[in-house]
Amino acid sequence: MSAAPPLQHPGINLGPAHPDAAEKSGELLFGFWAFLMSDAIVFGLLFATYAAMLHARAGGPGPAKLFDIKSAFIETLALLTSSFTFGMASLALKYGKRVAPLLGWLAATLVLAGLFLGFEVHDFLSMFAKGGGPDRSGYLSAFFALVPLHGLHVTSGIIWMIALIGQIKVYGVDREVKLGLLRLGLFWHFLDIVWVAIFSCIYLGGLA
Amino acid sequence: MSGRAEDVRQPRADRDDREYSRELRQYLWGYGLALCLTLVPFGLVNWSLLEQYGLYVAIGACALVQIGIHFRCFLHIDPPRQNTDDLHLILFSSLLLFFMIAGTIWILASLAVRTG
Repeated sequence: MSAAPPLQHPGINLGPAHPDAAEKSGELLFGFWAFLMSDAIVFGLLFATYAAMLHARAGGPGPAKLFDIKSAFIETLALLTSSFTFGMASLALKYGKRVAPLLGWLAATLVLAGLFLGFEVHDFLSMFAKGGGPDRSGYLSAFFALVPLHGLHVTSGIIWMIALIGQIKVYGVDREVKLGLLRLGLFWHFLDIVWVAIFSCIYLGGLA
Repeated sequence: MSGRAEDVRQPRADRDDREYSRELRQYLWGYGLALCLTLVPFGLVNWSLLEQYGLYVAIGACALVQIGIHFRCFLHIDPPRQNTDDLHLILFSSLLLFFMIAGTIWILASLAVRTG
């Protein structure tokens, strides 16, 4: 480990083989990292609100009635695996000589992200069907402020990924694509970390 | 720069191979460990293998370790090698998160007790 070179920024460092991206990557990724940390504060405050609202149920349904552990488990596996496949896409970007493996790993990430979102929307719909919408209680308002916000982040990550795939198709793997993929990588791994907090505090904590 | 890279092509390729297998191992370890730290708490909760307090402790511990692993293996945060600005930002954000979350829960719980 000690032989490894110093890191210029969070996330995978493309290194000397990519001089085009190296020039601006430190500055751009530090800025994006600052955005992610501020996003973490937003999520943290919504977690605090959720914790404070945990017993404000106004006679409405609670976690035991609303949550489905199997569905939460599938979502967790899908998102964790998508974080790994994005890592493989980053390696394909850094070391790959051809563009096909990069596109393949990105496509796998998209499929897993779609699976995650599909199950999450299904969860929300079944909560509505059980009378657990955001207008039912303070507790459910706090839930629907936090968890769908993460889902929206995943959705915007998907749109961003599709846009980058389009850029690769049109322009090839140029500097902008590399810098975009580095930032999307940080975003994607960050979203998985937020999900670890969500499934632990909300789903498992609620069902324990 | 590119001329020198041509001259040392062979060692450079070797170095790239080593770097590649190191980074690949990092992702694989990260995925494997995160998977274990996901399966354990889900299993514990699904089959109620501990009493409630024990479950909370186990879920919290697995989550914290898993978040550390994500930072290390997926986000490549490696303190001795990292740019100090990045580390300061992580430290500062963690501190803010701690104060804001602990403070919110403390004050609102205290208010609930006094007004309930």
